Amino acid sequence: MGLADPTPDGRFGQFGGRYVPETLVPACEGLEAAFREAWADPAFRTDLDDLLRDYAGRPSPLTECANLSEELGCRLLLKREDLNHTGSHKINNVLGQALLAQRMGKTRLVAETGAGQHGVATATAAALLDMECCVYMGEVDIHRQELNVFRMRLLGAEVRSALSGSRTLKDAVNEAMRDWVATVEGSHYCLGSVMGPHPYPWMVRTFHEVLGREAREQSEALLGAPPDVVTACVGGGSNAIGIFSGFVDADTELVGVEPAGGAAVGRGVPGVVHGMESYLMQDEFGQVLEAESISAGLDYPGVGPEHSYLAASGRARYEAVTDAEVVEAFQLLSRTEGIIPALEPAHALAWVSRARGELAGRSVLLNLSGRGDKDVAQMMEVLRPAEGGGEA
Amino acid sequence: MAPGPVEAALRARRDAGGKSLVVYVTGGLGDDWTDTLRAVADAGADAVEVGIPFSDPVMDGPTIQAANDRALASGATPAGILDGLRGLDAGAPLAVMTYYNIAFRMGLERFAASLADAGVSGCILPDLPLEETGPWAEAADAAGVETILLAAPTGEDDRLRRVCERSRGFVYGVGLLGVTGVRDELAASASVIAARLKQVTDLPVLVGVGVGTPAQAVEASAAGDGVVVGSAVVQRMVDGAGPAGVAELVAGFRAALDVG
Ligand SMILES: Cc1ncc(COP(=O)(O)O)c(C=O)c1O
Repeated sequence: MGLADPTPDGRFGQFGGRYVPETLVPACEGLEAAFREAWADPAFRTDLDDLLRDYAGRPSPLTECANLSEELGCRLLLKREDLNHTGSHKINNVLGQALLAQRMGKTRLVAETGAGQHGVATATAAALLDMECCVYMGEVDIHRQELNVFRMRLLGAEVRSALSGSRTLKDAVNEAMRDWVATVEGSHYCLGSVMGPHPYPWMVRTFHEVLGREAREQSEALLGAPPDVVTACVGGGSNAIGIFSGFVDADTELVGVEPAGGAAVGRGVPGVVHGMESYLMQDEFGQVLEAESISAGLDYPGVGPEHSYLAASGRARYEAVTDAEVVEAFQLLSRTEGIIPALEPAHALAWVSRARGELAGRSVLLNLSGRGDKDVAQMMEVLRPAEGGGEA
Repeated sequence: MAPGPVEAALRARRDAGGKSLVVYVTGGLGDDWTDTLRAVADAGADAVEVGIPFSDPVMDGPTIQAANDRALASGATPAGILDGLRGLDAGAPLAVMTYYNIAFRMGLERFAASLADAGVSGCILPDLPLEETGPWAEAADAAGVETILLAAPTGEDDRLRRVCERSRGFVYGVGLLGVTGVRDELAASASVIAARLKQVTDLPVLVGVGVGTPAQAVEASAAGDGVVVGSAVVQRMVDGAGPAGVAELVAGFRAALDVG
C-alpha cells in the first residue's frame, strides 16, 4: 500500500485541484484520461520500463556510507539517483511524460526548469523521441547553471529566458504555462515536479514511484527491515514523494528538507498559484514571495499539494536548512564518501548532519536526487574566499 | 434573479442596436489611475474592468505584466485599489479583474463583501475555471457581485453552455489561444468563439484577448455583442498618455463600434 490517490477533482485533503485558465481545462482533462489509459496498458508500461532500464540505467544502486556513518553516528544509506542518465531523478518522470505525449500525438515538449536538471532531462527525451523542445528558465538561473544551459542547447532544445518577477523557477513556470496556453493543440507541458494542476501532482508521483519501490526492496535486503528514517530535499517535491511512496506504509519517519529561503511548508500558508492549492510563501495580500536559495532547484515559494497534505496530516515532517549548512554538507559528502552531490540533496544531508543527535544509532535513507557537476562552477565561487583566507 | 449593473448596461447597449465596449485599466498604475478610469467611462466604455495586480499573472502577456509590476512596485494593494474605487462616481459599472489567490487570501466572503462595499459590480478571475468556481461564485452571489466567466476556444459546446449558465454580467469569450496582448491581426478564432457562444446563451457575449485596434474591435464584435480591450489601453497608460490621452484612444474604439 503506497500513497493514496487523489479525489476525482485532484485533491489530497483540501490541497490540489485544477486552477488553470479555461483554455487549459480540456488539455488537463485529456491528459488525465490519456495517462489513466496508458498506465493501464501493459505495452506502455513495458516501453517505459525498457527505457528506464536500458537508457536511464535503472535500477539505481543503494550505497551504504561507511565513513560518513561513523562520523555522524547513524547508519546512512544513499539512494543513488545521481547515477541515472542525465544526472538526477528527473529522468524518471520525463521519460514517462514524453512517451505519453508521443502517444497523444503531441510533437513538442514545453518545460520549466530551475537547476536545469529537468530541462536537460526533457531535452534528452525530446532528442531520443525526435520531438521539438522548448525550456523556460529564469534569467538568474541561466547564469548560475550555465553548464546545463549548454547541455540543453547541445541536445537540440531551445532555452528561453524568463525575465519577469524573481527570474527564477516560479517565473519559468509562469512562462511555460503562458506558452502552453498558446500552443496547447500541439504541445505537451512536461512539468518537472509533483505540482501544478491535476493530474500533474499525481501523474508525476506515479512516474517516480519506481525509485521508492526499488529503495524499499534494497534497504530491506540490507537492513532486514525498512529504515528508521527516510529523508529527501523538497523543492516542488518530486524526488521526496518518490522515495516517501515506498515507505508510507512502513514504520518509518518521513522527513522533507526545504531551504530556509523557500520553506513553503515551514513558513507558508495555504494559497493558490500554478494551478494548485498548497502551502505558499506569500504576503498578507496574497502576492507570492520570491524564494531565495543557493540552490536553483529548490528556489521555489510553493510546494506540491501532496506534501502540504502529508504535513497537515502529520505523516511527514518538514525541516528547513540554511545555505551555509548546505555548503558544509556539499563538502562533507565529497570529502568523506567521494560523492559530489547536487546542492539540492545536500539540503537533506545538511539536516541529517544537524540532527545527528536525534538520529544517533538509527538507520537513515537519504535520496541523493542528483549529482553535483552542475554546481561545481557555482561552488568554486562560493568557496574561493574561504580558501584564500588560508585555512590550515 | 434581476440582472446586475454590468449585465444591465450591456443589455441596454445591445437592445439599442449597439456593440458594447468594456475597457481594462490596471488599478494603482500611476497616481491618476482613477481619473483615467473616469475618463474611460466618459469616452464611451459601457463598463470598466479594474485590474488588481497579482505577482504571477499567467493569463497576461508582457504589457499587462509590466503594468502589474509597476503598480505593485509603487505599493498598490487590493485594499488600496478598492479604497480608490469607493465613492468614485465612474459613470459606468465596474468589474474587478484579478487572480484567485488575491480573493482566496483575503477570504472569499470578505473579498466579495469588500467589492460590493467599494461599489464594484462584477469580478473576473481568469485562473478560476468552471469546476473550481463554486465556492467563489456562492460568496459573490451572496454579496450581489456578478461573476463573469471566461469561455475558451478549446471548450466543447457542452462546456461553453455550462460556462454561460454559471456566468453573470456577460460571458467573456477568449479570442485566441494565448495570453493578453496586442496582435497585428485579429485571430480567426475570435469570431468563431463569439458565434459559438451566441448559439448557447442570451447573456451578452463579449470577445477579449487579442483585440487591440478599433478595426479589430469592429471585426470581433460582428458575431457577438462587443469587445473587451485591455493591453492597448494599458500600453497608453504605461506610455504616460494621462487620462486625456487614454480617453482619446477609447473614443476611437467607441466611434468605430458605433459606425460598425
Ligand atoms: C537534483 C535535484 N534534486 C531535487 C530537485 C528539486 O525538485 P523536486 O523537489 O521536485 O525533487 C531538483 C530540481 O531541479 C534537482 O535538480
